Amino acid sequence: SRALTSLAAESDTIEFLVGTQSLKSDNQVHLLQFDEDNNSLNKKVFRHREGEIWQLTTSPGDRQIFASTYSKIVDNKTQFYATVWKLPEAEDDSANEPEIQGEDEHSTQAKTLEPLCQLEDRGFGSVVSVLWEPQSDGSRVISLTETHILLWDLNVSDTEAKLANSVALEAKGHPKFTAGRWNPHHNNTQIATANDTMIRGWDVRSMKEAYKIENAHNQLVRDLDFNPNKQYYLASCGDDCKVKFWDIRNPSAAVLSLSDHSHWVWSVRYNQFHDQLVLTSSSDSRVILTNTSSISSEPCGQLDDEKDSIDGEREVNSDDEDELDDLNDRNKEPLKEGVLATYEEHEDSVYAGEWSTADPWLFASLSYDGRMVINRVPRAVKYKILL
Amino acid sequence: MASSNSPAGEDGSPRHRRARNDMLKMYYNMNQEDVGGLNSDPTDINGANFDPQIYLSKVMKEKRLNELIDKEAEMVKQIRSLDSDMQTLVYENYNKFISATDTIRKMKTDFRRMEEEMDRLATNMDSIADFSAKISCTLQERREQISRLSGTHSLLKKLQFLFELPARLKKCIEMRAYGQAVRYYVKTRGVLEQYQHMPSFSSIHRDCKGIVEELRTKLREKFSNKESSARELAECVDLLLQLKEPPDQLCDEFLSHASQKLDEDLEVMQSQIRLHQSPADDVVESDQVEADISPAERFLKNLPVDILEFVDSSCNGFLSDICLVISSYKDLFVHRQSIHTSDHNHESLEEVANNKLGEFVLVRMAQYFQCLEQRVQAEKNTVDNSMLVRALDRFYRRLEAVNNLLPRLNILQRGAEIVNKCATDRVEYYLDGLKKHFAECLTDIRQILCAPKIAGKQEATDLSELLATMQSSIVDQVRTVLTNLKAFITNDVTFSHTSFFPGRFCYDIVREELVIGFLKHVFQVALDLSEGSHDKSSPPAALILILSRLFLDFEANTVNQFVSQVNEQFQIDPAQVQTTAAALCAESKMVAQRMLNHYVKIQGLQISQMLRKSVETRDWLNTIEPRNVRAVMKRVVEDVTFIDSQVGMLYEEGIRKAHSSDSSKRTFQSYSGPRKHQSTARSFTPSTAYDTSLMSNIQKLFSERIEIFSSVEFSKVSVLTGIIKISLKTFLECVRLRTFGRYGLQQIQVDTQYLNLYLWRFVIDEKIVHVMLDEIVGSTVHRCLEPVLMEASIVDVICERS
Repeated sequence: SRALTSLAAESDTIEFLVGTQSLKSDNQVHLLQFDEDNNSLNKKVFRHREGEIWQLTTSPGDRQIFASTYSKIVDNKTQFYATVWKLPEAEDDSANEPEIQGEDEHSTQAKTLEPLCQLEDRGFGSVVSVLWEPQSDGSRVISLTETHILLWDLNVSDTEAKLANSVALEAKGHPKFTAGRWNPHHNNTQIATANDTMIRGWDVRSMKEAYKIENAHNQLVRDLDFNPNKQYYLASCGDDCKVKFWDIRNPSAAVLSLSDHSHWVWSVRYNQFHDQLVLTSSSDSRVILTNTSSISSEPCGQLDDEKDSIDGEREVNSDDEDELDDLNDRNKEPLKEGVLATYEEHEDSVYAGEWSTADPWLFASLSYDGRMVINRVPRAVKYKILL
Repeated sequence: MASSNSPAGEDGSPRHRRARNDMLKMYYNMNQEDVGGLNSDPTDINGANFDPQIYLSKVMKEKRLNELIDKEAEMVKQIRSLDSDMQTLVYENYNKFISATDTIRKMKTDFRRMEEEMDRLATNMDSIADFSAKISCTLQERREQISRLSGTHSLLKKLQFLFELPARLKKCIEMRAYGQAVRYYVKTRGVLEQYQHMPSFSSIHRDCKGIVEELRTKLREKFSNKESSARELAECVDLLLQLKEPPDQLCDEFLSHASQKLDEDLEVMQSQIRLHQSPADDVVESDQVEADISPAERFLKNLPVDILEFVDSSCNGFLSDICLVISSYKDLFVHRQSIHTSDHNHESLEEVANNKLGEFVLVRMAQYFQCLEQRVQAEKNTVDNSMLVRALDRFYRRLEAVNNLLPRLNILQRGAEIVNKCATDRVEYYLDGLKKHFAECLTDIRQILCAPKIAGKQEATDLSELLATMQSSIVDQVRTVLTNLKAFITNDVTFSHTSFFPGRFCYDIVREELVIGFLKHVFQVALDLSEGSHDKSSPPAALILILSRLFLDFEANTVNQFVSQVNEQFQIDPAQVQTTAAALCAESKMVAQRMLNHYVKIQGLQISQMLRKSVETRDWLNTIEPRNVRAVMKRVVEDVTFIDSQVGMLYEEGIRKAHSSDSSKRTFQSYSGPRKHQSTARSFTPSTAYDTSLMSNIQKLFSERIEIFSSVEFSKVSVLTGIIKISLKTFLECVRLRTFGRYGLQQIQVDTQYLNLYLWRFVIDEKIVHVMLDEIVGSTVHRCLEPVLMEASIVDVICERS
């Protein structure tokens, strides 16, 4: 399985969507709910008969709506499509599983997904990924095909997507998009895309290229992510085993370059609340949590009061308050830069890692063999950031 | 007995007393021997303490009869001789007494006559005195007159001299006997000034003044004449000073005059510098300016001189001039003031003069130094070091002389700075040279590496040979440079003994900046080569490989060799250095490791790229049944073989895990065959996915995790293993992104079998290849719509046929 995402519109419960990838049997979308108090995982399975799921993204406006990018074999050819789905209403009949690891299990009753609309893109090439406009009602979607950026207006009630704008990638050697990311700053007017070793920035309003970072990586760029709190900062990862951080105002050199992985890095994700925490997953079967406080919005481990209050609220229900006070005095020195933790639970290549939208200290990672692992940021790190 | 007893008893007590006295005498450090020797023995017949009684009794006691008789006879004889002696003495004395009376009588008569003569003399003298008084009385009047007349005469003579003075002065001036004139004037000046109020004198005074004024101007002219020698100048100044010219003005003039000469010297130097900087331009320019000079001379003049000659001439010209100026100035103004002027403020004058001199010299020296610096700067890029060192040495030596003249100006320090700077420049230049040389080495190797590819790969270039050439040429270069630089601290160079130079030069400049700087630069260049490889001109992999080996060798010997050479040649104490050889070795090793890792990465990626393209571009769903191994795979094997030979030229084989005695084919079959068939068989059942993943998971639990981009060891197999791991992992990841048809899977099966046949021999542990290839096939099966594997025998046949 390759597709993993957290529910962008969900902020109370820790939920992840996982898509399966199988040629032989019906593919499924699993909605996983992690119950922190009982340390248990609830699973709801939905059928996704259309094909192998390569990517899932959720609407920031409605927790029931998500888009999947999937492949189907038509006329002995693999075709890629993207469709917006709606999860059926929740029912409380899911069985609790004591294990954190969510292995496939067919005993659970599978429900069918409600297709809302297909992002019709005949003529534009295979869909690579779907990007929702961040922090909005989810009415604007960009679908990235291998050669085009397509901007859709999504009207949920009409269950219909209207093509609002599109632009083709035109360059020598027929480059293909491999990844894209919507910039959450500047009123969501920018997106960044990656093709081969290059990163390009686009202005969504004019659909023109805004900037480009040539040779961002020596090899293919696999994933991008914007710093949610600090504008202009972009993280990228690729086949050269590196994770690079860019200030897009200065595309000539990376701000920081990490090479902690020993094989291709498939995904990079900023923590939405503490952007010094960066999660990377790689086909060396490792998930690495890195601290980059020097280029984060909280240099030297200092916190905005604002964020402090948000996080404080979340931590109230935890039973760590006593320890918090104890640690208050001890861990004053700033957190060390670099790798904070390496997670080696996976046995195969890890293709996706996602932070939970509800709990800033929790993340999930998914490997090829279908194993999903949910981990927490180490406590010591957490306290150091909070205190 | 009683009688003989008592004297012994009486004798005992004085003896006792004497012993006490002796002790006292000893205490007071008196010479006991003199006293004791004379007094002690009462039996000594010649002694003062002689006691005849004791002596007699003693002799009586001690001597036998015949002895006594002898003694008696002897004594009688002695007494007789003593008697006769006494008689002669008495007689002689009587004789002398008689003669003395005779003499006295004679003297009495003589003296009586003498007395009479004396009386007569006294009367004569009285009469003489009378006469003389009379004469002097008569002559008194005349003498007064004469003395008055002689006084008038001398006055008149003086007056005449005064009246003649202007003429004399004129004549002196005409005869150029300025000294004489000044002497005359100085003598008369007082008088003239005193009697100024009298008209005649004032006119003379005026005339004199006029003439002196003329003299003064003449002197000044001479003073300011360029041609006049220093001696003449000194004379002029001396005279002018005597003429009461204000000394500070004179100082200024003297200095300004001196400065003309010095400026000329400087001008010459500067023109030299210009010549040196742009010989061609200057020839034209100076042709126009100095048209009156004969062509040969002009040519000579326009020929830029070398640094040694330049310093020499500048020393002879400028420095000796300035020395002369300083010393004559000092003679004229500073010392002179202290001798001649007993003025109340002569100390302040001296100070003023000194200050002026100081200022002047500082300004000139600054100019001089500037010139010299420029020149030396221009010398920065010459190859000949010894000449420069000699020039600097000469310069420094001459400067010391100047400094001795004016110790408080710290001229030497500035000179030292120049020497230091020059040395630093040289080192920089050499460092540059070394860097360039290194860059050239790199370029050479690049070219050599590129050349055969163009020529058609007739023979692979011998990398070890390239490595050896490069290494030896670098070592040679460094050695030459060090030998060259050693000139700076040879014993006969003056500044090598100073406190400022050798320490800084040896430790900081040569060792840290040059040698270690060079090594660090080389490391940096190498690292840049490996980091900045996404440039268009990414270096050929073979170069990286060579560099990696080079740095490994550096770590083994070259670094130590360099450092010890420097330490030895420049007498550096290894305990006091900033960067130790060990640190450098460690760095070198680190660089070597990174270069090798990079090499593995490059080669791995190159092969990966090939594999990736081959997997991505193919339509695996609609491929035909495999008849052949794909060309890409052959190419991969070829490339790996090539890399193997390349690495083999530079690195040792390395340790390999023991092979199983089976042939590669067998191993592969026995290892993966059954499992594959099993999974194929199961793949038709609905629970395939679960099972296969479980299978592979279990299998992975037992096999070690394979680090793909891990650090490699310095051995051939390790390098090759790294490359193959990277390639195969890429293959795997690419396969997972595709969907396969039946024949696609079979093609992959054939390909992997082919790789398996050839790749095992390159790696440390053939199991790695097997595991990874199995994983590829497993993943392909997983990604296959219709997973039907080919018969193993057919696969073998196809592989063997290719």
